[in-house]
Amino acid sequence: MNRRVVITGIGIYSTIGKNLDEVKDSLYNGRSGIFLDQERKAYGYQSGLSGKIDQPQLKGLLDRRSRVSMPEQAEYAYMSTLEALKIANISQDHIDKNNIGIIFGNDSSTPALIRAVDIIREKKDTMLIGSGSVFQSMNSTVTMNLSVIFRLKGVNFTLSGACASGSHSIGMGFLLIKHGYQDCIVCGGAQEINLFCVGSFDTLGAFSKRESDPTKASRPFDKNRDGLVPSGGAATVILESYESAVKRGAPILAEVFGYGFSSDGVHISVPDVDGPRRAIQMALELADIKPGMIDYVNAHATSTPLGDANEAEAINAVFGNAKPFVSSTKSMTGHEMWMAGSSEVVYSILMMQNSFIAPNINFEEPDEHTCKLNITNRTIDKEVNLFLSNSFGFGGTNSSLIIGKFK
Amino acid sequence: MQKEEIIKIINNFLVEEFEIDESKLKPEALLKDDLGLESLDFVDVAVIIEKEFGFKVKGEDMVSVRNLNDLYDYIFNYLNNNK
Repeated sequence: MNRRVVITGIGIYSTIGKNLDEVKDSLYNGRSGIFLDQERKAYGYQSGLSGKIDQPQLKGLLDRRSRVSMPEQAEYAYMSTLEALKIANISQDHIDKNNIGIIFGNDSSTPALIRAVDIIREKKDTMLIGSGSVFQSMNSTVTMNLSVIFRLKGVNFTLSGACASGSHSIGMGFLLIKHGYQDCIVCGGAQEINLFCVGSFDTLGAFSKRESDPTKASRPFDKNRDGLVPSGGAATVILESYESAVKRGAPILAEVFGYGFSSDGVHISVPDVDGPRRAIQMALELADIKPGMIDYVNAHATSTPLGDANEAEAINAVFGNAKPFVSSTKSMTGHEMWMAGSSEVVYSILMMQNSFIAPNINFEEPDEHTCKLNITNRTIDKEVNLFLSNSFGFGGTNSSLIIGKFK
Repeated sequence: MQKEEIIKIINNFLVEEFEIDESKLKPEALLKDDLGLESLDFVDVAVIIEKEFGFKVKGEDMVSVRNLNDLYDYIFNYLNNNK
């Protein structure tokens, strides 16, 4: 079986907006969601920069039993999924009568485990840990919680692929629907924002130290970039077979044409050129699309010296003289890590729906690699029919998605 | 500790923490069927009992605790027998 896969719902809970309208506005106006977290400085972090996000208030929306098992990223994912289901016109009744699955990208869940171990160390006893801890601590916490809250009956697992998690989750959902195993899957990515989850990252010296000017610190592709800014939140992308969408009269927001993946097989933290190039090429081949047909590339580019350079070379190797507009929305949001692959698809769909390309803010001067791309640091008012979204992660895991207007 | 104080503390955490409607907190209310407490909730009840009353609940002791009054009595008896 080989079916068309469409997107019928999107939702977002991000450092640049708590819903699609707010996010669209931030993207269009190049608004940054980065701040300096003084608590991290107090703990001696090399960089205190972080995305800033408001905690959702779920008391009243969910009962205690639901809330007790949810760490922050599950709360964000609940909010983004509520929005996506509403847009998709998927009611609880429809969920109850159908076999809808969930695949979310997530690769960490830190504070609950730390609290539990602190209790064990202090009390020499596990008794005071409480019932929610284990469910909060596992990587699969988001899908665990949301599948119960929404009473989902289909496929149910979390995908861990480092910074490509949120992209691979859409890719896997795409394959399952394309080949007839599911009609509808709630896909997405979620990322905790707290100092505990990034301490081991900070030790690598991978974060930008431009603390004097937080909103300027994340500068993908810029010659003076000095590291990434950790961020988070959640995004939901509801995939559906074309037939299922038509049958229930669902809005069709976009179509997923291709998914490409690869492994670098080179270094655990330094991204390669060849691996990403192969993932992009595989996506194009699967979609049967030529590079020149792509209007916009939402780059992975995280504002690291080597990562951005290598991605620039990979994009250039594939696109050559076809110079689609390129921007990295991480310039505004920071690196949303396990959420990024999904959120960047949401951001790109918002651009496509509203005919603009969001700026790669803080891109002031290219280097000898990034000059090969058509990077825009201004908002461009332009029709976008097809975009490529890249996500590359630690361990050399690469994911590329090609999504476009449904015709 | 007097039983009245125990009742006050327990009722307070059932309302505040477990979000149970105060009108349901009758002594004969069954913990599972009337108050809707389930197995995972009892893990958290044990945590609160340790914090509020200073002792560890033993699983086997809780088997005979069926309704709210049983819970009040269980705590009252434990505190008075274990001074």
